[in-house]
Amino acid sequence: MAFELNGKTYETDEEGYLANLSQWDTDAAVYMAKEDDCDLDENHWQVINFLREYYDEYQIAPAVRVLTKAIGKKLGKDKGNSKYLYELFPYGPAKQACKYAGLPKPTGCV
Amino acid sequence: MSGSKKFMYINRHAPCGTVYAVEGLEVVLIGAAFEQDVCMAFIGDGVFQLKQDQDTADTGMKNFSPAYRALGDYEVNRLYVERESLQERGLTEEDLMPLTWEDEDEDWTEKSSIHVVDRAQLSDLMEEQDIILNF
Repeated sequence: MAFELNGKTYETDEEGYLANLSQWDTDAAVYMAKEDDCDLDENHWQVINFLREYYDEYQIAPAVRVLTKAIGKKLGKDKGNSKYLYELFPYGPAKQACKYAGLPKPTGCV
Repeated sequence: MSGSKKFMYINRHAPCGTVYAVEGLEVVLIGAAFEQDVCMAFIGDGVFQLKQDQDTADTGMKNFSPAYRALGDYEVNRLYVERESLQERGLTEEDLMPLTWEDEDEDWTEKSSIHVVDRAQLSDLMEEQDIILNF
């Protein structure tokens, strides 16, 4: 599967995750979010950028429990809780945010 | 924790050349996401999985060794490394990458996850487990 944007082709897997992490750019993130009827604001980007940094350091996409805890540590308790993250990403914070961040589906995510 | 079992994942293979190590690590992370009581053991060539400064560029495999550093976030903070296996391979604890976890109950004090244990101690630890999986 794939989608096209600005003359560039983005390969994806059957669930819409980018096949190639290095193809990611912010336009692709905005496009994938739009497909899910999600307008990315500053708060979404905070999580997306956090995930990209996490992946860069550890080479894995964190499970939702780990993400929640790590966000809490970095951005404060008011953001490091499931309620806040699920409001931003109703399809599941790790699953949905990882998709927009161009990462594979999180390890341990079924 | 009720309903949780004591899991030990035993790693016996070198990091590259086979998929045992990378698949084993994936299973550990999945198991940990389900809040089980998880520890890991590194025996034989498995000790090479924790070697510092791995470079897989020439193997064509992704270097997944940074992912071991995420284990602390998953509350997998008991990694038992067999002393004899290290010695037989000319390695010491200093050759392993530093892996730590943060103890929430002690104001996020950083503690080492790596425990070098004798073969006999490891055997006792295995006795305590409900489930042992080999990779």
